[in-house]
Amino acid sequence: MKKKVLTVDDSRTMRDMVSFTLKGAGYDVVEAADGQQALGVIGANKVDLVITDLNMPVMDGLTLIRRLRATPAHRTLPILMLTTEADEKKKSEGRAVGATGWIVKPFNPEKLISVVQKVCG
Amino acid sequence: MEDLSRFKQTYFDESAELLEVAESGLLRLTPGEVDSDEVNAIFRAVHSIKGGGGAFGFTELVAFAHEFETVMDGVRNNTVPVTTELVDTLIRANDLLGQMLAYAREGDPAPAGTTDGTVAALRRHLSGGDAPQVQAPAAAPAAPAPAPVYADDEDDEAGLFGDAMAAIAAARAAEDPVPPGKLRWTIVFRPRSDLLMSGNEPAFMLRALRRLGDATVECHTDALPNLQNLEAELLHLSWTVTLIADADVDLDKINDVFEFVADDCDIRITAEAPPPAAPEAPPPVTDPVPVATAAPPAVVAAVPEAPPKTPGADAPKAEAARPRPNGGGAEHAGLTSHTIRVDLDKIDRLVNMVGEMVITQAMIAEHVRELPPGEFQELLEGLEQLAQHTRELRESVMSIRAQPVSSVFSRMPRLVRECAATTGKEVQLVTSGETTEVDKTVVENLVDPLTHMIRNSIDHGLEGPEERERVGKPRAGTVHLSAQHRSGRIVIEITDDGRGINRPKVLSKAIEKGLVQPGATLSDEEIDNLIFLPGFSTADQVSNLSGRGVGMDVVRRNITSLGGRIGVYSTPGEGSRFVLSLPLTLAVLDGMVISVGEERFVLPLTNIVESLRPKAADLHGLVGKCDVMMARGEYVRLVYLHQLFGIPGAVADPTRALVVLVETEDGSRLGLVVDEVLGQQQVVIKSLEANFRRLDGVAAATILGDGRVALILDVAGLREMSRHMDSRAPRPPVAALPAPALEPV
Amino acid sequence: MSSSTALATVGGTRTDARTDVMAVNAAEEQYVTFTVGSEEYGVNILSVREIRGWTPESRLPNLPDYVRGVINLRGIIIPIFDLRARFGGGATAVTKRHVVVVIQVGERTRGILVDAISDILTIGHDAIKPPPDVDGGMVGAEYLSGLYTADDRMVTLLCVEKLFSVENSELDSATRALPALERAS
Repeated sequence: MKKKVLTVDDSRTMRDMVSFTLKGAGYDVVEAADGQQALGVIGANKVDLVITDLNMPVMDGLTLIRRLRATPAHRTLPILMLTTEADEKKKSEGRAVGATGWIVKPFNPEKLISVVQKVCG
Repeated sequence: MEDLSRFKQTYFDESAELLEVAESGLLRLTPGEVDSDEVNAIFRAVHSIKGGGGAFGFTELVAFAHEFETVMDGVRNNTVPVTTELVDTLIRANDLLGQMLAYAREGDPAPAGTTDGTVAALRRHLSGGDAPQVQAPAAAPAAPAPAPVYADDEDDEAGLFGDAMAAIAAARAAEDPVPPGKLRWTIVFRPRSDLLMSGNEPAFMLRALRRLGDATVECHTDALPNLQNLEAELLHLSWTVTLIADADVDLDKINDVFEFVADDCDIRITAEAPPPAAPEAPPPVTDPVPVATAAPPAVVAAVPEAPPKTPGADAPKAEAARPRPNGGGAEHAGLTSHTIRVDLDKIDRLVNMVGEMVITQAMIAEHVRELPPGEFQELLEGLEQLAQHTRELRESVMSIRAQPVSSVFSRMPRLVRECAATTGKEVQLVTSGETTEVDKTVVENLVDPLTHMIRNSIDHGLEGPEERERVGKPRAGTVHLSAQHRSGRIVIEITDDGRGINRPKVLSKAIEKGLVQPGATLSDEEIDNLIFLPGFSTADQVSNLSGRGVGMDVVRRNITSLGGRIGVYSTPGEGSRFVLSLPLTLAVLDGMVISVGEERFVLPLTNIVESLRPKAADLHGLVGKCDVMMARGEYVRLVYLHQLFGIPGAVADPTRALVVLVETEDGSRLGLVVDEVLGQQQVVIKSLEANFRRLDGVAAATILGDGRVALILDVAGLREMSRHMDSRAPRPPVAALPAPALEPV
Repeated sequence: MSSSTALATVGGTRTDARTDVMAVNAAEEQYVTFTVGSEEYGVNILSVREIRGWTPESRLPNLPDYVRGVINLRGIIIPIFDLRARFGGGATAVTKRHVVVVIQVGERTRGILVDAISDILTIGHDAIKPPPDVDGGMVGAEYLSGLYTADDRMVTLLCVEKLFSVENSELDSATRALPALERAS
């Protein structure tokens, strides 16, 4: 039973990389280009983990996390945020709205996999 | 990162798009009216380029993108004021970012100092308070950053665990003396009760610890409330894990497991050397976070395989609160991004295949036509359907290649800006119809002609602001760029409200250059079109803008090579309008197959008005030069294709041949005299130039159902040829040519 | 490129047509030879893509007679040049036995109409004699890479790049029905 990871990023490159890496590690991966799309995907898919970029058009990552946490069904859904910098402010903002953890871009595949394993097994 | 290199192409493609997004955003960035969405979009574009660049280790590019991004962030937060200078700097930065991408793509290092000037300019725009945020480029090895905003891959990874860095370093030092072998770690993990609310799951952390070595987990249930007070989403457990791990498992790795919950739990980690060393000796090596007041273990459970079996109702509830992958059949294919990226070669193969199919279908149809009528009704019906499906397939395939012209139009604001700056004119660019779609190849080939035409409009068409004011026009001139579909073609117009074409000047120039004989009488339209002649330039001095080695003749040649036409309409004092018309696709067209002598040709259906067999009474000779025919109340010039192309054995008498009434994009008509009209057919456009060359009066070639090649006629080219044939009898030397285009058409 | 096999054939010994091109020494090259009337011509085998029987061409307007027309070569359109006409011998009266040598010149593919294929020769560079001064003829010496004597026959080796490189300018000046407006420069 594969776990399904949703990668949310407006950068195709980033989505492709996350997707490729995680598929290689045995996960199912679905994609969304912004927060709004992500909500749609989550509505239609049983997702085990969300990996979201913060800076996105239409709906940014923090809003997405907030919206998800406001839904009872997703209160404990693991959500990792992607940040480009080891930015403490971003991290604490993320934590405040309910992010599970963070991944710092650029990441290497091993790092991504290990973080994903850490939050969704 | 070996694995990720396969995404480089995606990255470069995407970055190219992002650069355009940033550029068009920057061009709209106006001091005083900052649109935060716009600014965000620019920021995101730069940010994404930087993010991807980091993944591939393009450190120089990333360092520069970071500088750029920092300033954009300032703009976003209103700490960096938007000024014209800033916009210029940012545009330069965007260009430079493109260059850095090019270097990265080629795998070349950027020349030393490439970014220095722009980085300095960017930093100048950061106000004093923000300046310290700007880091030295990461590429510079000695860039000690107090709080690393950006560093290379490794540093960044470490930076993630910033809290504990100092302690970890100490721990590493302390570990050194420990001989190779195993270490025993004791980890006391006491999460806050709301830990689950952040989506963190202790079970996975414990499992992650197990991956590091042999773990024994003790679960402390003493804090569990009784069942009726139990809240499913709260956590009341804590754990003590004893981990026997190899020496290469260091504190980093263990801390890493609790990376996301460090602030939401009490955690205490201690290390022991192997038992023989000292039974009680080892002191806690480190204590990165507030030390737990860990309760003594109450329950001891060895964990063999599964995550810790939490007793009581707690675990099931915690589980219930989270969506669980229950896979099964309900797997959604799941890609919400409704696009896929396809290599262009694949599409072109598809296009070619469809092309071949169109030919095959035509071939079958041809054979079937020879069957006795009435006997193969079902076959005929089937073929009719096949033709229909082939047509639809063709259209679908073509639509894959279709792109909105916006990708070209969006480059123009910048051009206008530059031209305005160079000429000292004030220019406003208005665009419309950006979403009009046309084949990718056409779009790509539009860039150069449009660039030049807009330059031309600004340079030659528009007046300077003072002159405009004198003649009662607004100081800023307007250039309007529009696109629309019209009868199976795309029509692009470039209109300016400038002074219009200076006909006396154009004419005298043309005479001076020997293009027109002195004393020739030319219509206004003919004079206007002289500007498309090779070597023609009206500027008294070759200006910086228009003097880049191309003239309107090159523009016309480019357009013509795409199967397009260009015309100009000008009103003195009011402005000029250039009209460009191009086929929507370069691959297939609906044509009419005609024959002349032994040869067959294809006429594009879009050019054909009707075909008819004239009566002798409809035909007239015109001053001994050419024949005209009365058709639908107007005189139309007859063009004998066999004469034009020198084809033997054709029907010369129009009353026994057929006249195909054709119309060029500019609306002028002529009657093409041919032997026969064989029928309508879709044809695949094949290049004649790929292996040979362009021919006058010929747009391209195609392959008919019998495998033979037929030329596709270029109606406007035929008209040009016929005009000059009249005046050609003994071909005169170039310079002594008579005035062109005198005959009424 | 191995040299041992090739040395034996230096001097123009005729070799089997299947001789591997790659095995031929750099000091010698293989030529496909063909006849036009009583004359024999050769082109470097590396430029020959294929040899095919004559198929009817479609004429191109307003070009000299040596531009025979175009044919469909598996979906691409290539021009056919009539070598006899190119050398001033008038247009070839084609039959089914006539042959088109499809050659590759740079990125362009084109066909040469000849009477028949005669041979494949391995010719050492030493054995190629410089062409005599044929100034004034239809084809200048620059189109000939040399002359070679095979047994008692003379083979004229053609330099296809040059033979066709002038076509555009020549076609332009000779026949292009260009209107005055576009001619001026």
